[in-house]
Amino acid sequence: MTRYIIRRLLWGVVLLVLVLALLFVIFRILPTADPAKLRAGRIQNPKIIAEIRHDLGLDKSLPAQFWIYIKGIFLHFNLGYSYYSNAPVKELIFNRLPATLSLVLGGAVIWLFTGLSIGIISARRAGSKLDRASMGTALVLVSAPEFWLGLLVLFFFASDIGKVHIFPGAGSYVGLTTAPDKWFTSLIMPWVVVAAGTAAIYARLLRGSLIETMGEDYIRTARAKGLSERRVVLRHGLRSAINPIVTVLGIDIAVLLGSSVLVETVFDIPGIGRLNYVAITHSDFPIVQGTVLFAAMFVILANIIVDIAYAYLDPRVRYS
Amino acid sequence: MSTPSSAAEPLLRVEDLRVEFPTEDGVVHAVDGVSYEVQRGRTLGIVGESGSGKTVSSLTTLGLTRTQGARISGRILFDGKDLVALSESELRTIRGNEIAMIFQDPLSSLHPFFKVGAQLIEAVRVHQDVSKGAARKRAIELLGLVGIPDPNRRVDEYPHEFSGGMRQRAMIAMALSNEPQLLIADEPTTALDVTVQAQILALLERLQQELGMAIVMITHDLGVVAEMADDIAVMYAGRIVENASAETLFAGPEHPYTWGLLKSIPTLTGSRAQPLVPISGSPPSLINPPPGCHFHPRCPYSQPDHARIDPQLRPLPDAPSHQVACLLEPSVRKRLWDELGEGKTPEQARADVGLPAPAEALASAADPVGDAPEVGL
Repeated sequence: MTRYIIRRLLWGVVLLVLVLALLFVIFRILPTADPAKLRAGRIQNPKIIAEIRHDLGLDKSLPAQFWIYIKGIFLHFNLGYSYYSNAPVKELIFNRLPATLSLVLGGAVIWLFTGLSIGIISARRAGSKLDRASMGTALVLVSAPEFWLGLLVLFFFASDIGKVHIFPGAGSYVGLTTAPDKWFTSLIMPWVVVAAGTAAIYARLLRGSLIETMGEDYIRTARAKGLSERRVVLRHGLRSAINPIVTVLGIDIAVLLGSSVLVETVFDIPGIGRLNYVAITHSDFPIVQGTVLFAAMFVILANIIVDIAYAYLDPRVRYS
Repeated sequence: MSTPSSAAEPLLRVEDLRVEFPTEDGVVHAVDGVSYEVQRGRTLGIVGESGSGKTVSSLTTLGLTRTQGARISGRILFDGKDLVALSESELRTIRGNEIAMIFQDPLSSLHPFFKVGAQLIEAVRVHQDVSKGAARKRAIELLGLVGIPDPNRRVDEYPHEFSGGMRQRAMIAMALSNEPQLLIADEPTTALDVTVQAQILALLERLQQELGMAIVMITHDLGVVAEMADDIAVMYAGRIVENASAETLFAGPEHPYTWGLLKSIPTLTGSRAQPLVPISGSPPSLINPPPGCHFHPRCPYSQPDHARIDPQLRPLPDAPSHQVACLLEPSVRKRLWDELGEGKTPEQARADVGLPAPAEALASAADPVGDAPEVGL
């Protein structure tokens, strides 16, 4: 098992280097605006531009630049500096991380809880009106774009502009440590919006998986033992049916951590997505590059965690 | 156990059991009026092809067909209680406790993600109020009882780490956790190697002697019931077509379907030159079973009115414990079986006895609604 984990981690590093190379190609080699010019300000003095180019190391050969880039990341986790504020990108991202984590993890709790509950109920009453109604709703939610859903929720429920003033609207986010109650209320609507589509996918996924599992021979054995139907479903059925959910959960959280741009923008939450959005509109490439790298890292890490979790969940994988 | 007083009070008495499954294509009559008895400590073998209703009738005994939307009628009297009429929660106290069941494929019947021990412990603790530690001790004891070596270590292994035979032993151990009075074994050896089959059968026999439980052995393999069963019920298309003690059935089978089953298995004593005779055709649809005798389209001896008259399971005049559902005259059946016993093919036997062939018989009867019978061989 330890060897398996080490192997997976090493592969993760290899993958990360590949991602870095790709990022380097996209942001440095493919034609973009000249970073030196972007930083030089309004009065474009060729001498200053040359100086900046030297400071940024842009006058070195491409392989040398790549080497410096990789070294900076692996040794100091140096993601560069914002063209605009000159602030270290690493710091900018870490400052924004709590908001994004709050949004995504809170959303994950909601989508797991609702998605799994609806999935179980639908599977147990497959074909009933309740099942068809929830699967229909799920289909709508899966198809609804997040930003549209976000705007809709704000339009109806925001305390400032809403039809019914219930929840604090856009821009009301405060840190968890500053004011936990306000942190919670300000995130309710974003959580629901982030969770809606994923909950719908999970409900459909679990429904299918559970229906299939409930037809297995070992479920018949569980019933023949005299277990209650509740225990048969929740222990024996769910234990097998949950596996595909675990796989997607890791990836979903990771992807959202790197790309909750739309929801963060709609609700004006100062997270990584928002940071990225602003950076893109300003051509602040080091930030974009940094957030993309962060997102890639989350996905790689999540994949490793999912693989390890899977080995724990399925003893047949563990030993092979 | 065969005294008249105990025979009057069997452990399990199934009376006119019918199980129907409504489907999109029509109602499947999986079990169509079946009655049988199992005496305490004895073994009943239920024999038939796949789709004959043998498994469904047993699953229904445990109430396991209820969840599939089956329509169930008749009575299943177990120890005086009618299992068909019991509520789900009452039935649960019997399942895995007084009646246990083992299944055909031990690998898919054990939960792949739980340790064998955990599954045994669960089975013990559903019905007994004991601590986890005590249940674990019991689990190890049970694994030892069914002949799994080193049960202290094996108890913490997963089903995929067990061999096929070991898995079935583990299933048996699980079924025995609460010392059931009745064990239903649904094709317990079909998925196993021949040598392992013999071991499992020997194990079941030993356990039956030690624990005194009754066994219902469901199988398509007459060889299996020959070894184990005291009584045998032969099922065809949802019905019992012949019911007798094992001795009687093997010595003097009465139903042409039973003859077919017997003639289609190889024997060690028989001459090698004697060919195996398969039963022609395939099991009938249970949605629209053939009219009259359900077996008549495949029966080499069927006569025109067999497609019209539905035979009932009746005791033989000279042997009341031997029941058969066949429209042929007892004397004709006896002569046919004698002919077959001499190694004749069904056609030769039929000709010797002087029965018209089904096709000719049908043509001469000019029956407009009669199904065209299949004449194979």
